[in-house]
Amino acid sequence: MEQIEFNYPAKRKIQKRAHVGVVGSGDLEVLLEPAEGAVAHVFIRTSVDGFRDTWEAVLNRFFANYDGAARIQINDAGATPGIVHLRLEQAVEVSDR
Amino acid sequence: MSDKGYNANFINRQSFVELDARERATALFDAGTSRELLGPFDRVESPWLPMQGVTPQADDGCVVMKGKITGQAAVVVALEGAFQGGSMGEVSGEKMTAALDLACADNEKGIPTSAVILLETGGVRLQEANLGLAAIAELMASILVLRKHAPVICLTVGTVGCFGGMSLAAGLASYIVMTREARLGMNGPEVIEQENGVEEFDSSDRALIWGIHGGDQRYATGLADALVDDDTPQVADAIRRFVSKGVPPMHRSSQVALYRNRIEALDSSRQWDPEEFRALWATNGSNEEKR
Repeated sequence: MEQIEFNYPAKRKIQKRAHVGVVGSGDLEVLLEPAEGAVAHVFIRTSVDGFRDTWEAVLNRFFANYDGAARIQINDAGATPGIVHLRLEQAVEVSDR
Repeated sequence: MSDKGYNANFINRQSFVELDARERATALFDAGTSRELLGPFDRVESPWLPMQGVTPQADDGCVVMKGKITGQAAVVVALEGAFQGGSMGEVSGEKMTAALDLACADNEKGIPTSAVILLETGGVRLQEANLGLAAIAELMASILVLRKHAPVICLTVGTVGCFGGMSLAAGLASYIVMTREARLGMNGPEVIEQENGVEEFDSSDRALIWGIHGGDQRYATGLADALVDDDTPQVADAIRRFVSKGVPPMHRSSQVALYRNRIEALDSSRQWDPEEFRALWATNGSNEEKR
């Protein structure tokens, strides 16, 4: 298991927390909560080691469209980048609903 | 069948199996009455999995909800089969046990509170070994105390099934509700084949597996109390029915003489066909009247 952390700039406060997904094979769990300040913090635990660059690429793309001040925890069981992106968007949808 | 060439009821049904543990639990309560206890944001997760390089889940794969079923207080505990095979670890076991103990305390205070446990589980979580075994032992003790006051209803729908020590916990329940797709048994097919050889149990023979462990067979032989389709309203209706029914006059696991005699009467020197076994045990000790 590898732990990876990233920070991204944020522009707006978010109101609601969101929990989506399951730590099942090829899937992941996302916990998204409001955070203080103008920063989004991402904390990842993944069962597949050695993919830091891939995580960074997926998150760069996600944060190109997302500006919420959020604390995001990802518990990953080997999800593909596409699934990771979909789960993040799902969490945002639940949080902004 | 409709004239469109497909079964509209099947296409339009609200599948229960396709729901995750949280959605399953919510679906059983009277609308708008449920709330989650110790949810994922409380982050009470397994301390043992990360030490072994396994990613934990924020709720340890165990969802506890409190609310009302048919207007009466109830607690629902659902295991998430997709996380570590729904296995029982220290945390998930303690969550389930504590929920049943709190329900028991409420009953003793004069607030009738039923319990529903949704078991999609392979049993003990091997990474937590003895702690998982201890958790199941404690859970079984809690079921035995609670079931004197209020029904403890076990629901297993698929696709994991209910195996290992948790099948013993299920055996203590007041009522067991299954789908045709669900399986319930102490040893799974692979385990039996590994231990006793392919002549004893061919784990690739799906008809045989469901002929032994499947919901249809368990119901027909009196080891389950209701057989439901994979349909959310139908599942919820079965649960409401058993909550209303209350504590059964005699629990299945208390019928020691009946089952001891049945097992002693079985000739184990030869292989039994699931159909002839069904005919033998068809007059069942089930808690539901035959439909």
